[in-house]
Amino acid sequence: MIAIENVHKQFGALHVLNGVDLTVQKGEVLSMIGGSGSGKSTMLMCINGLEGIQQGRITVDGVEVHSKNTDLNKLRRRIGIVFQQWNAFPHLTVLENVTLALRKVLRKSKEEAEAIAVEQLSHVGLREKLSVFPSRLSGGQQQRMAIARALAMSPDYMLFDEVTSALDPQLVGEVLDTLRMLSKEGMTMIVVTHEMRFAREVSDRIAFFYKGQIHEIGKPDQIFDNPTKQETASFVRSVL
Amino acid sequence: MDYHFQWRPVLRSLPDMLWGALVTIEIAGLAMLLGTVLAIFLALGKRSGKKYLSWPADVWIETARNTPALFQIYMLYFGLGSLGLQVGSYAALLFGITFNNAGYLAETFRGGFLAVPETQTRAARSLGMGTVQTMWHIVIPQMLRAVFHAMTNQMVWSILMSSLGIIVGLTTDLTGVTQKLNVVTYRTFEYFFVAACLYYIISKAFTLSARIVAWRLFRY
Repeated sequence: MIAIENVHKQFGALHVLNGVDLTVQKGEVLSMIGGSGSGKSTMLMCINGLEGIQQGRITVDGVEVHSKNTDLNKLRRRIGIVFQQWNAFPHLTVLENVTLALRKVLRKSKEEAEAIAVEQLSHVGLREKLSVFPSRLSGGQQQRMAIARALAMSPDYMLFDEVTSALDPQLVGEVLDTLRMLSKEGMTMIVVTHEMRFAREVSDRIAFFYKGQIHEIGKPDQIFDNPTKQETASFVRSVL
Repeated sequence: MDYHFQWRPVLRSLPDMLWGALVTIEIAGLAMLLGTVLAIFLALGKRSGKKYLSWPADVWIETARNTPALFQIYMLYFGLGSLGLQVGSYAALLFGITFNNAGYLAETFRGGFLAVPETQTRAARSLGMGTVQTMWHIVIPQMLRAVFHAMTNQMVWSILMSSLGIIVGLTTDLTGVTQKLNVVTYRTFEYFFVAACLYYIISKAFTLSARIVAWRLFRY
């Protein structure tokens, strides 16, 4: 379970997160929607400690993320994250991209790491690309590789930060299909997205971010069809 | 013109000069290796934003880049000597060039680090990799690619600069051997002409092999 309690974060004078409360249960798919600058991506980065917070508490299965005593490297093994910019390691082949952390972080043998990597890469449809360098892949393929790289660590949670926003429109589908597949397999996911139809289809709950807070949260049908807040209604109207 | 070129004695002592060339390559290679390692630390020190790390790095880099290499070698040989720390001429030359290399390369690397996007570090850290692992496996390999050609230049520079060993009395490298033969025979032009050719061949051979290495290494 991921528990977020009264989280505040500021960049200088800018109050990016202004008291966020949220719990995400095991097996749940939660989408975060909202205008740009509403704090949803920053919230995601705080969950695995890539960003610090000024106030409040985030715990992942009882481990406090921003406590000085927490071994973040250890915690991050259990939380996979995929970014908007896919961040392939350009100097490593597709296979090496996936095996690196398996070998250096989880200390697996070369054979074991490669077996896991091949399995994960096949899962996202990149079985044929093992020895290719990322520069030879399309954006969608690079993004699927990034997903395989995160999944190879067998995380308990997956965070997706606008993973289709930097892709050409015709490549969005293949990445969303991969996410759909994961949600069907029961992966716990927090998805920051602008793909509203997708969010509606896969999410158990939708959280609407507005001015650094969760303005409204609920089942997809409620958020999209019967929002209770006026800001939610106007956002939903503007994007659908 | 009453000077008669005599090439025969030079050709006879060519094996000695080739041995000298080996020493030159050894010094330049070692100075490059040590200089690279030190430069990475200097560049990281400067990047760290911590005064006690960036300040010594700054002093090193500024001195190495803005004073003559010849003085730097002199300082190591005579300066340390007058402080009671006797350094041989080989060591003085090696450390002098290392000092100089490190200063120049540190600036090169600083630029190289900037060429590696911050998002690469984020991606590596998010997979649970530590700071050192991220540096070693993700940042440094990409940084080295960005600075590879600048490093090749520095290596050629240090091959040529190693001839300064003559000022601290080194007699075993290519210049030292040549000078030793010169004072015995007074065939100055012939000896130094051949030595210059050897320096040219070493530098060129290095540049070409570096190009092959780059082609093999940077397949991406």
